[in-house]
Amino acid sequence: MGDLLVRDGELAEIGESGALAAPDGAEVVDAEGLHALPAFVDPHVHLRTPGREDEEDIDSGTRAAAAGGFCAILAMPNTDPVVDTASVLNSLRRRAREEARVPLGFTAAITRGQAGEQLTEMAELASEGAAGFTDDGLPVRSAGVLRQALQYQKLAGRTIALHEEDPALSGAGVMHEGAASAQLGLAGIPSVSESTMVARDAALAEYEQARIHIQHVSARQTVEVIERAKAAGVQISAEATPHHLTLTDQAVMGLDSNFKMNPPLRSEDDREALIEALRSGTLDCIATDHAPHAREEKEQPFETAPMGVIGLETAFAALHTELVLPGIIGLELLAERMTAGGEPFGIPAPVLSVGAPANIVLVDLEAQWEVGEAGYESRSTNSCFAGRSFTGRVRMTVAGGSVAYRERSFAIGAV
Amino acid sequence: MNRNLLSIDDLSRDDIERILHRARSFAEVSGREIKKVPTLRGRTVINLFYEASTRTSSSFELAAKRLSADLVNIKSAGSSVDKGESLKDTVQTLSAYDPAAIVIRSPHAGAANLVARWTTASVINAGDGKHEHPTQALLDLYTLFRRRGSLDGMKVWIVGDVLHSRVARSNILAFTRMGCEVTLCGPPTLMPREIEALDCEVRYTLDGLEQADVVYALRMQHERMTGSYVPSLREYAAQYQIDSRRLSPHQLLMHPGPVNRGVELSSEVIDSPQALIVEQVESGVVVRMAVLYELLAGGPGRAAAGAPSHAGAETEPQPA
Repeated sequence: MGDLLVRDGELAEIGESGALAAPDGAEVVDAEGLHALPAFVDPHVHLRTPGREDEEDIDSGTRAAAAGGFCAILAMPNTDPVVDTASVLNSLRRRAREEARVPLGFTAAITRGQAGEQLTEMAELASEGAAGFTDDGLPVRSAGVLRQALQYQKLAGRTIALHEEDPALSGAGVMHEGAASAQLGLAGIPSVSESTMVARDAALAEYEQARIHIQHVSARQTVEVIERAKAAGVQISAEATPHHLTLTDQAVMGLDSNFKMNPPLRSEDDREALIEALRSGTLDCIATDHAPHAREEKEQPFETAPMGVIGLETAFAALHTELVLPGIIGLELLAERMTAGGEPFGIPAPVLSVGAPANIVLVDLEAQWEVGEAGYESRSTNSCFAGRSFTGRVRMTVAGGSVAYRERSFAIGAV
Repeated sequence: MNRNLLSIDDLSRDDIERILHRARSFAEVSGREIKKVPTLRGRTVINLFYEASTRTSSSFELAAKRLSADLVNIKSAGSSVDKGESLKDTVQTLSAYDPAAIVIRSPHAGAANLVARWTTASVINAGDGKHEHPTQALLDLYTLFRRRGSLDGMKVWIVGDVLHSRVARSNILAFTRMGCEVTLCGPPTLMPREIEALDCEVRYTLDGLEQADVVYALRMQHERMTGSYVPSLREYAAQYQIDSRRLSPHQLLMHPGPVNRGVELSSEVIDSPQALIVEQVESGVVVRMAVLYELLAGGPGRAAAGAPSHAGAETEPQPA
């Protein structure tokens, strides 16, 4: 641990411990025993605004992000109404300027109403500030429509992010198809539902020389498809979530709807493939797919409960506990993958170097805490890690030079 | 034994044997002129059925009545469930009546587990989606046990639509727990991937059926026959129907009912002396009496939750 001096939103100086003198009026944060890492970027968050502000809003969602060590996040457009016109996008951007605790970007839909039929006004949306395009929550069913979107990228720019599954293969599935679904009598979503669509779309992206980003990769077969596409020079990037990296379909055996998400938790073999791909770089970044749901909606039988879990506040702690502490991956690699989430969308990864924007997270790598013990910053509580004991906790998040989050127990002293 | 019966997995082999023996003692009661015992007098059993059912709901009703319990039957049609009340609110409302047991049938897997979380009553799973139907499996075991005594080493073939069958899932667990060897047979489109994990063999044709001691045919539901799961009813019957040609004289035939005559079973085998189908129905009442008894009154030192114990609760069943 050394000294960091932040001035005018930038990292002005970095020195040995005690080497830097605090200028007059500067706030001094005593980070004894903590680690400073570049703050994280999450390219995949559901803020439920507009439409379901009872589940999450811009204020609560960005507070949850800051509490998880994120200095920037991208919101998904599957709201009500869908972000598919410049007017919806602009009203969100205006509200974000007033309410967001960390910089917040908005993606817009690929197709109107996410119906998969007609392209949105992508050029206008891009010029009004859409960070990227996605129909997340739904695949673009028609190869023809996706091809047109990829062609149109030459005009609109911006990466197209894809939720990949073949509805004909997913059917009415509610969990991974495997031994656990066989035993529970639940309809399964096979791994090939994801991987066959990724194969289709990688081929289309290659043909159209377009840039795509694959959301929440869950299956080994998908990793293999992405690996081959990358080797062939396709402009393709991919993300994985903390829950897919740390849990398997065995967690569903208790039929707790907080383990229901799409894509579903898959087998241990899939999880191992994801970890290996995170190491090799086949998976570029971590994304939480933070998906708040109202308590009464999750308190239903597994089959009827909605898909999705919150994840912003637990991402670092879950991955640190499950992957770093057992020595499966290093802390440095974890930080690299957690900061890289914006890169597919042209947002540079935060770094700790002089002159860079001051995006810093202070973490206590020894702190033990129980998820949910002190509630959540999010408005929703549907965490798949609720009640789990994790080691590693975010104490403070600095986004663009301002303090976005400070953990209550973390003492500060101003000079 | 657990407070609840949610899955066959909740039961040890000893638990199952205790239920089978208890059912046999109730069978003696059922043979008498007055079929009632006072065991559950003053206690309430709620039947909460979110799905149509004839056999299961009527046999639970008779079982509760023969144990002298007060019984409330709630079917989703015509109740506040119809008005959009959530399962949780319904269960909490019913729990206010301080029931000793809630028997739940739901179209959704895990519904019984949820109910158990929301009430202090004992919860009995009377079928949850395509997940489990543990009392059906117990009555099937009981039926075989009456006929054959020991089940150890018996070879059981379960034939038909395993994918959509909660009966199959509970029976795989129950038969294997009692030492049977289970083989599943059915169209590949109706066989759950990786079901072998439950310690059973999977086959796609009836070749080798003669090795079976028991042939357990599953109901082929109409909506599955018209879907793309099998090309036609005719092809299904040609491949998988159990008829007198395929059934050997030494084999026993079971079916959870209701049977589609001419589809999964031919008429002549249904009416043959090898068929245990009627005995299965008869077993339903005594086995469900035994389950209610074991959960609410049986076991060492169990004063059932939420209800005062009374004389008779801890004693052997006696005719009233």
